[in-house]
Amino acid sequence: MNASPPRILLTKIGFDGHDRGSRVVAAYLRDAGMEVIYTGPWQSVEAVVKLASEEDVDVVGVSSLASDHVLVPKLTAALREAGLGHVRVAVGGIVPDEDVARLLEAGVSRIFHPGSRREEICAEVARLAKQARAADVAGSGS
Amino acid sequence: MSRELVQLSLPGFDAGYERWEEAYQAQIVDEAPRYNRSGLPIKALYTPRDWNDGRYLEELGFPGDAPMTRGIYPSMHRGRSWSQRQLVGLGTPEDYNRRLREVLAAGGTALSLIPCNSVYRGFDADQVDPTLLGTCGAVVNTIEDMGLCLREVPVGRISTSLNDPSPFTLLALLLAVARRRGIDWKSITGTSNQGDYLSHFVANHMFFRLALPGARRLLLDHIEFANRELPGWNPVSVVGQHMQQAGATPAQAMGFTLASAIQYAEDCRGRGLDPDEFLPRFTFFFDISVSFFEEIAKLRGGRRLWGRIVRERFGARNPRAWRFKFHAQTSGADLTREQPLNNAARVTTQAIAAIFGGHQSLHTDAYDEALSTPTETAARVAIQTQNILREEARLGDVIDPLGGSYYVETLTDEMEALIEAVITRIDEAGGMYRAVEAGLVQRMIGESALAFQERVECGEQLIVGVNAYRAEGQEAGARALPRPEPAAIDAQLARLARFKAARDQANVRGALDRLARCAEQSDQNLFAEVVAAAGAGVTHGEMVARLRGVLGDGQPLVVA
Repeated sequence: MNASPPRILLTKIGFDGHDRGSRVVAAYLRDAGMEVIYTGPWQSVEAVVKLASEEDVDVVGVSSLASDHVLVPKLTAALREAGLGHVRVAVGGIVPDEDVARLLEAGVSRIFHPGSRREEICAEVARLAKQARAADVAGSGS
Repeated sequence: MSRELVQLSLPGFDAGYERWEEAYQAQIVDEAPRYNRSGLPIKALYTPRDWNDGRYLEELGFPGDAPMTRGIYPSMHRGRSWSQRQLVGLGTPEDYNRRLREVLAAGGTALSLIPCNSVYRGFDADQVDPTLLGTCGAVVNTIEDMGLCLREVPVGRISTSLNDPSPFTLLALLLAVARRRGIDWKSITGTSNQGDYLSHFVANHMFFRLALPGARRLLLDHIEFANRELPGWNPVSVVGQHMQQAGATPAQAMGFTLASAIQYAEDCRGRGLDPDEFLPRFTFFFDISVSFFEEIAKLRGGRRLWGRIVRERFGARNPRAWRFKFHAQTSGADLTREQPLNNAARVTTQAIAAIFGGHQSLHTDAYDEALSTPTETAARVAIQTQNILREEARLGDVIDPLGGSYYVETLTDEMEALIEAVITRIDEAGGMYRAVEAGLVQRMIGESALAFQERVECGEQLIVGVNAYRAEGQEAGARALPRPEPAAIDAQLARLARFKAARDQANVRGALDRLARCAEQSDQNLFAEVVAAAGAGVTHGEMVARLRGVLGDGQPLVVA
């Protein structure tokens, strides 16, 4: 099977503007052969859902340095509501341990903490993309 | 920069050097070249062949005089210790006030105010998702909020530093509070910490509220206002910290910072301002990484270069204009989530580099900043680190203690040359304003960030606990994001609603209309209208929204 490359939306929601991490990860994923749609900071949840739908992405990566991760449960819910339940959501950045469980429960597939390695990030995102496509094909929508 | 080294006559030096070199080679097999973060090769040994006292007067001189390499004041930290300026920003105005007074009681000697990210983006509390309120800084929207933040704080007697991007609404609110309390504006000292809109556009987008041309004008209006009304206020702090945090090498960060300062100075001169008057109130702000000697050389070399630039490019004759006053912050980007207590060692190393680099004020990071907004314990350790370095290690006793070191002086010369090359590149691109508009600086920083991460990935750059010396069970314990109680946020929102309802509405509308009119006619001082609006009860979010309507919203150039 000759699948097209994974499509990844990398974004920041909320108010923070630190984008060093997301830019480095964008370069990593592109180098690994994935198609990366990169937004600037300050995206709203609605804008991210719209873009995820228009761009038919497999994975949404949210970078958060300064507490914006608290908005991610709203994003996962909005994706499901928009019929994009198959899209996998990964979060990278500073997520206090107490919030990790909260995010996983809300449907986040993977959290990358500071210090995560390139290899691990690329392999995991590729795996999540594959899962997303399988779920989409299965039509389960979740 | 090629400088002739004055050869000192040291009988036996050459023979001794050859003997050492041979013995060294015998012990070292297949040594890979070593480089610092700015890409300079680092040798094993530095001697009078690299640097010697023959150039002392020309390159070092004495503290407080050109070329300023050894420090900008004759007595440096001995005369007046550095300011301990811990960033404080949390929750509601009451939370902030309580933490601020604790920091002052623990030995903090300056006030700093970090507002909530919603404030940075130009919004009031009632315009945003309340989940985010107060998690990263204090919610300050009105003159009433500012008054609560500064309750029982002697505003006219301690130096104040505001994280306050254009249009400088926090300073406007502070001035309005001071006027109500009968405090003479002339007694207010401190710094507008985030006036450097170019660094926001490039690297710390969060602070970027107004489109570039409007931000450019407001900074100049702000500088002119301060020249006229606030003799103790430094209206601009040029920030290398954002760029280094975003991935610029230390030499690049210093080069971009000086290029921005050159841009601002040229803009001021374009308005007919006198460099001998405005330059003494330029200040700087740098990130200090754990690359110890490199940071010291960056600061010493940058200081010497800035002194030369202001004399040669701007013809400044006032020695106060030659002074390169800077605040230093230990680098959060060096801190790790793994084994977080290790960060205390990193912060200590960074702080020593800042001290030996001749800083004027210092923020030391808390060891838990890679986990979340700092806890009170970690914030206390951070400030005690400074006290230990000053009182126990006595690092402030001797001025520029590394001056004359063969290595440090050689590295200072080499870093200065690298910094100058960055400035030349920006000059060739038409100056910093044009270079950031075109995305040049953003691309250079992105490339450096990626290159650094590559060195970590391949193990060339080791980070303890991350890609080396890992340990079982090294993960931090469960940590909570310090969140204000929902009830406290509700109360804050209710207070804002009450404040808005109780204002003289005609007054507020009049002030907002004057603000918009002034923004449209470019010959009036716009910051003066911001100050007037704050006094009339206009909120922060209302001021920013109205100005955005005229001057355009600030959106970063996405380069990735």
